[in-house]
Amino acid sequence: MKKLIVHITCLTFLVLASCSDEESQLAQGYEPTPLPLDIPSHFEENIIAPVIPNSNPQTVEGVALGKKLFFDKLLSGDETQACATCHAPQNAFSDNTPFSEGIDGNLGTRNSMPLFNLAWNYNERFAWDGKELSLERQAQEPVQNPIEMHSNWDDVINKLSSHSEYPELYRKAFNTSAITKELTTRAIAQFERTLISANSKFDKHLLGQATLTPEEQNGLDVFMDEERGDCFHCHGNPNNPLWTDNIFHNNGLDATFTDLGLGGVSGDPSDNGKFKSPSIRNLAFTAPYMHDGRFNTLEDVINHYSEGLQNSPTIDPLMKKVDEGGVQLTDQDKADLKAFLLTLSDSSFLTNPDFTN
Amino acid sequence: MKKMLALLLVASIGFTSCGEDNDDNIKTSAKTSFEFTHNWDETTVSNADFENTEYTNANGEVLTITRLRYLISDITFTKANGGEIVIDGYNLVDVTNNNGLTYNIDTNIPTGAYTNVSFTFGFDNEDNAGNYVDLNSESFNVPDMLGGGYHYMQFDGKFSTDQNFNYHAIRAVDNPGMNPTFPQDTFFTVNLGAVNITNDATLEVKTNLAEWFKNPNTWDLNTLNQMLMPNSSAQIMMYDNGKNGVFSLGSITQ
Repeated sequence: MKKLIVHITCLTFLVLASCSDEESQLAQGYEPTPLPLDIPSHFEENIIAPVIPNSNPQTVEGVALGKKLFFDKLLSGDETQACATCHAPQNAFSDNTPFSEGIDGNLGTRNSMPLFNLAWNYNERFAWDGKELSLERQAQEPVQNPIEMHSNWDDVINKLSSHSEYPELYRKAFNTSAITKELTTRAIAQFERTLISANSKFDKHLLGQATLTPEEQNGLDVFMDEERGDCFHCHGNPNNPLWTDNIFHNNGLDATFTDLGLGGVSGDPSDNGKFKSPSIRNLAFTAPYMHDGRFNTLEDVINHYSEGLQNSPTIDPLMKKVDEGGVQLTDQDKADLKAFLLTLSDSSFLTNPDFTN
Repeated sequence: MKKMLALLLVASIGFTSCGEDNDDNIKTSAKTSFEFTHNWDETTVSNADFENTEYTNANGEVLTITRLRYLISDITFTKANGGEIVIDGYNLVDVTNNNGLTYNIDTNIPTGAYTNVSFTFGFDNEDNAGNYVDLNSESFNVPDMLGGGYHYMQFDGKFSTDQNFNYHAIRAVDNPGMNPTFPQDTFFTVNLGAVNITNDATLEVKTNLAEWFKNPNTWDLNTLNQMLMPNSSAQIMMYDNGKNGVFSLGSITQ
């Protein structure tokens, strides 16, 4: 009898242990399938390799999970909004209004930033004011922000855990059934890193597959000419396909600040009014412009740098002719500059099936 | 007995210490590194001073620094017999972000006396024609219409409270466009002087930022403040000032 009890006890223990293992791990030796980023050749040849955290390697299963999460309204409190609501593919993963409306109808105070080529943000400071120190951390914020998706992570994890598909997707992506906030944002970050935009007319021009019109070429010259546009010091040049320096500048929007930008994060008054330089890729799809979406058109933006600069103690020294209001472009140069800027828009990025729901 | 043990311990430490010295004395090659420090006429400058500490230049303008980064390349050790060891590489000294302030040389240098240690401020023309992914990533490029290549220096700030300046050094260029011309080279060699390398060594390169505005050209920021890249005369003035006293050898630690 004692033997029988011992046998039954052992057997029960083994079965339970086995179940427990199965729950936490898909299979011993299972590894998600690595999925290196598809790096465009002119990125590879000209700039440093993208930043992929060792703690969050790109995998087929992780990206697939991240994509599903990015488009899933389950992440918001009342399940009416997904990440993609304010970062819509048709707007190069931005929003077409100055401020986005959260699930309760509240408006934010900053324009939704477009999402592409994020893995090349070497300093890993994200958002207009640089407050987010990695993509993974950034993805935590909107879900719980009361004026955005207004959920809380405990609820989100409960919903994901009891969902008919997600537990299996997490097992495949991370070899675990323990769904957590950290794994959720890792998956979203993996998907976001795949959002590579590098197929504009100007990219093709660099690859010898397209020719700029004379107007577009003059626009590039305006962009690169320190005595005309002088845009290149902050927005890069043909040798840097990111078209941003990814750092923070006061570009002369205001003489006094209602939004401190980087200064609100660093606490340093000399950072007041500084915001991240956005990439000038995909401008055809990302209006309105600036951190507060104040400019509806590219003409407005160009006019700002040409005649509308406002001096302030923290205006970037790279802003030219501030006492004249700006660089004073001719109408022709303004039109050509706009034509050049539009050559950096990549419509194939909007319709790439890997990036759409 | 306790005292005896203590004495033995001291003696043991003494011998160990002597042993280390002996190892050092027979060193035949050494690691070298260059530490770039910055001052304004002997007052130390660091990025903590940026955007708040005021300096007065030789022309009397009060200025603050917002951003400073510059390129040095081809560090060269010269022997008395004229033999040279050229370190084929470059370093971007980014004072704003505290990056590149120490440049560790990958190649060990034979110990001994060198009559000169030098480096190039910026890139010589051959190096300037290369493609460097790290410098591209920093958007340190010069527009093709100005001959392409890279900035030698970006030194930005404000003067007279609310005026901006961009003291950007590049290869002097005329006739911007498809076929620019180059009136003279504006990279230059900085000679730090004789150095005796006996051990792994750190050489301090002192950079006096005030000298960029001082000698032989007293720089007038009221007339030369922005859009200096296409201004070959301004570039040549930067060159003249840069090679006259901006850089000097500081301490040697080895």
